Amino acid sequence: MSISRKIVDDLVANDVSFVTTVPCKQLAGVIEEVENRPGMFHIPANKEDEGMGLCAGAFMGGKRPCIIMQNTAIGVTINTLATLIQFYRLPLPMLISFRGELREPVACQVEMAVHTKALLAQMHIPTYHFHKHADADELDAILKYTFMCSKPVAILTDASFWGGYGDQ
Amino acid sequence: MIRSEILRDIAPILRDHLVICNIGLPSQELHMIDDQPSNFYMLGTMGLASSIGLGLALAQPKKVISIDGDGSVLTNLGTLPTIANNVADNFILLIIDNGSYGSTGDQPTYAGKKTRLEAVAAACGCEAVVTCKAEETGTALKAALASGKMTVIVAKCDSGNIKVPVITKDPVTIRDRFMAEVAR
Repeated sequence: MSISRKIVDDLVANDVSFVTTVPCKQLAGVIEEVENRPGMFHIPANKEDEGMGLCAGAFMGGKRPCIIMQNTAIGVTINTLATLIQFYRLPLPMLISFRGELREPVACQVEMAVHTKALLAQMHIPTYHFHKHADADELDAILKYTFMCSKPVAILTDASFWGGYGDQ
Repeated sequence: MIRSEILRDIAPILRDHLVICNIGLPSQELHMIDDQPSNFYMLGTMGLASSIGLGLALAQPKKVISIDGDGSVLTNLGTLPTIANNVADNFILLIIDNGSYGSTGDQPTYAGKKTRLEAVAAACGCEAVVTCKAEETGTALKAALASGKMTVIVAKCDSGNIKVPVITKDPVTIRDRFMAEVAR
């Protein structure tokens, strides 16, 4: 089974049915799987804070949400995480491609990578880092944890997890 | 006519629906005029009233009215194409356009200058866009509710504020009682 399908299977198994995404080459397979999965509503967002607003509304409407984005989005969404998701105590799994890690070809990506875990730690956001495919075995438990504690939770997935950057 | 007068006018219409109310003075005014458990007051996060409202409308069948401002829509302009391309016919975006950032001291917004948000919304693909004068807001809102079509209303009003107390309710309380109304 592809890793993208396994990830979406875990989302479905945890009743996640509203997924907002901002595109990412590494997460393209997951996004395609979300788009094609029956019973899952996929709504692309123009910016990640907008996506978090959509997720907040969907949760209050009775749907379990998830946001799929790049780690650069942490820089975009600090205020939304603090004043909406955390202040109103809303659960939000964040499946994040961790650009700027080992095998990264674009130097600028490293500039946000070095801040990513520090910012998440400063925000007291539980953070998990998938480096090998076997790490994704914990996704089911991470999703259950997220909805149990009603917090934003970060799942960082690096280039090694996705098998590098191809011929980039 | 200023924003708080519009809110006073339309409060009897809002009462029967789920309302996502914009940060700052709009929420404080609505809270003072007619606090309802079906009102979700934004205490922070400028710009996301329309996004929260759309997410809520897409997730459940009850009618949702997002009360936004011109400054807040300009902050999150990407919301308009998302709304246009994800039609929820139970969603109304009411933009109270006073051409200024009311909560911060009435500094002018670009909507108060050359930019017309109704034209932006239409260009983004929103199909039902209604522009009205402040005193026509209630009529426009009733018509939009009756139409059963997703509608963006741009209500033009004067800039100006009244003295209102801040909202001291706990955000989790606001969210909890709002979710109970959604589920009712």
